[in-house]
Amino acid sequence: MSLFPATAAAKSAGRRAPRTAARPVRRGQRAAYGFIAPLGIGFGVFYFWPMIQTFYFSFTEFGPFGGHTWTGTDNYARVLRDVTVWQALGNTLIYCGIGLVALPLAIVVAALLNRRGLRGVAVYRALYFVPFVTLPVAVGLVWNWLYNGDFGLLNEILGWFGVDRHYWVSDPSTAVLAIGAVMVWSTTGYYLIIFMAGIKSIPRDYYEAAELDGAGPVRRFFTITLPLLSPTLFFASVICMIQSLQTFDLIFIMMGEKNPAVGETQSVVGLFYTWAFIENAQGAAAALAFLLMLLIAGLTYLQFRLQRKWVHYG
Amino acid sequence: MRRRTLLCSGLAAASAPVLAACSDEGGGADGGGRTTVSYGMWDPAQVPGMKQIIAAFEKANPDISVRIELTPWSSYWTTLKTSMRGGTAPDVFWMNAVNFQLYAAHDVLEPLSEHIEHDRTPVDRHPEQLVRLYAYDGIQYGLPKDFDTIGLWYNKDLFDKAGVKYPDTSWTWDDLRDAAAELTNPRERVHGFCSEMQRQLVLYPAIHAAGGYVLRDGHSGFGDERSVEGLRFLTDMIDRGWSPPQSAMVENIGRVRFWSEKVAMVHDLSAMAGQMYAVPALKDHAGVTVLPKGRERTTVIHGLANVISAKSDKKAAAWKFVHFMASRRAAEIQAESGVTISSYAGTQDAWLKSMPEFDLKHFIDMEKYGVPYPSSKNTAVWENLQYPLLGAAFSGKGGIEDAARTLGEQMDRALKEERG
Repeated sequence: MSLFPATAAAKSAGRRAPRTAARPVRRGQRAAYGFIAPLGIGFGVFYFWPMIQTFYFSFTEFGPFGGHTWTGTDNYARVLRDVTVWQALGNTLIYCGIGLVALPLAIVVAALLNRRGLRGVAVYRALYFVPFVTLPVAVGLVWNWLYNGDFGLLNEILGWFGVDRHYWVSDPSTAVLAIGAVMVWSTTGYYLIIFMAGIKSIPRDYYEAAELDGAGPVRRFFTITLPLLSPTLFFASVICMIQSLQTFDLIFIMMGEKNPAVGETQSVVGLFYTWAFIENAQGAAAALAFLLMLLIAGLTYLQFRLQRKWVHYG
Repeated sequence: MRRRTLLCSGLAAASAPVLAACSDEGGGADGGGRTTVSYGMWDPAQVPGMKQIIAAFEKANPDISVRIELTPWSSYWTTLKTSMRGGTAPDVFWMNAVNFQLYAAHDVLEPLSEHIEHDRTPVDRHPEQLVRLYAYDGIQYGLPKDFDTIGLWYNKDLFDKAGVKYPDTSWTWDDLRDAAAELTNPRERVHGFCSEMQRQLVLYPAIHAAGGYVLRDGHSGFGDERSVEGLRFLTDMIDRGWSPPQSAMVENIGRVRFWSEKVAMVHDLSAMAGQMYAVPALKDHAGVTVLPKGRERTTVIHGLANVISAKSDKKAAAWKFVHFMASRRAAEIQAESGVTISSYAGTQDAWLKSMPEFDLKHFIDMEKYGVPYPSSKNTAVWENLQYPLLGAAFSGKGGIEDAARTLGEQMDRALKEERG
């Protein structure tokens, strides 16, 4: 029996479950299938079937009004040859790197909010969580106003310190960072909630024992909180990476098509959108989407391999 | 066993509404034997005017009723394409030049030439360039309903402050440059002009005014020397500080700068007159005139057309409506509603009178020499090349010549691909 319910759950998820020989289907199992059917059917119809279709269409030229002709691997050749794809891929990896900044930020805030005797934790938690539940469109618009080169609050404040006004989202050198900052701002709250729950499951007596031994708050954070939080951190980092590789809406809202920094900020999904819905190249877009899926699957697999080296299960 | 039957009936119950929804489509006639024609459009500002026209049409054709299907601009084309695939597209809908040839080439529009001949639709009363914009391979697929030209809007207040004479129909590019220099006031953060990277309003008119072209006989004009000259005229104003750079205009477009009186002159559409008129300060001291003359005096003309879906099962009624929309009566009602210029010749008086403070007549005069908005079968593909390639040059980084040439090459490649 484990003392730590949360980590025990993560443990069984992380390690390979023991293989069992096929058993005869029992009556109870049929009922179980009945219960998962609604979700299973929904998943099948709205996720799995479109995925198979996308895979098929990635080998075709797709007419703007329906109808498609088999073109073999032409679309994949186009994707790999296109320089904009590689640029978008580079941008996406940068977003992914910036997006992961939310994790350490969330851990630190979670540790601070978990201090004993802190009042109004619920208020803080709600405040941090609000950006995450706000529509990305609204987030993008509001931040565009803050960033606005002529009338924005950011430039106004920097102006007090003698900093020249700057067009944050339309200067290619700052646009990615400006968008990345908003990404981090809007996702930190989500990971904060996850980490706070993770920290809650660490028994208090560990801290008390460490305190008696004379460990300071920083030491306690690094030797107790962080290692015992690593399963949660692993889960969060997988989710965070997948989400930032699929990033689109915020960039779409914040950039606009006439932005001189479009090339420097376009993500893979953004490029997919342009191909599929503006340039009527659905076939090539399907190929691009499929390659992105492979990339995400590959990186996630890599993360699962690497976790053995750094995740502690209690 | 019982469980399985329960599951099956559950599935049947769940799919029942879907089936009902499917069979609901297609039936056109309502209870009273009237045919209902659906009319797809995107501009909410035009709904009241369109409703008046529909009322007049329904009065003349008691057996037909028209139902407006409004889809916001941002999703209009995606929705339309999808609904064409699924067979639920409106019977009659708005079309623009960018998308027209794509639709016509894929045979999803009803050819109108025979109908026009049979019913003697007054096509010749509409601007010829516009009518031609909606013909493909010699067949007419759409009938214009309105048109837009681009004029030079100016802020009289800023002109007075700088002591510069107002623009008029004699102006050339030299006058525009001189005035832009005089009007620019860095301390007030006021610019003389907006060399905005906006194809319809600024890029295309400048290219044509310099004697260049955008698209001719299936070839790109961006590499053309005169086209480059037109573009250089624009970027030069940015380099000299008489226009904000594009990086600044992404965040506050020329139109908004003009509304907030931070720029003295902008190019803008006739259709924007109503919005200018709604800005209290501008109603009093904004003026409008024709675009200044470069090597040539020109503007870009574009207009929407009504088209009929080839998949419609109510084509006869739909044609009656499109025919009516191209008539003098419909054009007059549209002009009175004051949003756009009706394309029917001689019906624009009501529009002119709706905003007496502005000299709107120039927009109509420009129709004579306006160049139609350039388009091909897959216009969006090469249009999409423009902003990323020209962006740096329009942000004061130089290199417009190379950028335009590269754009010309890439556009030619896209055009070649589109021919197949």
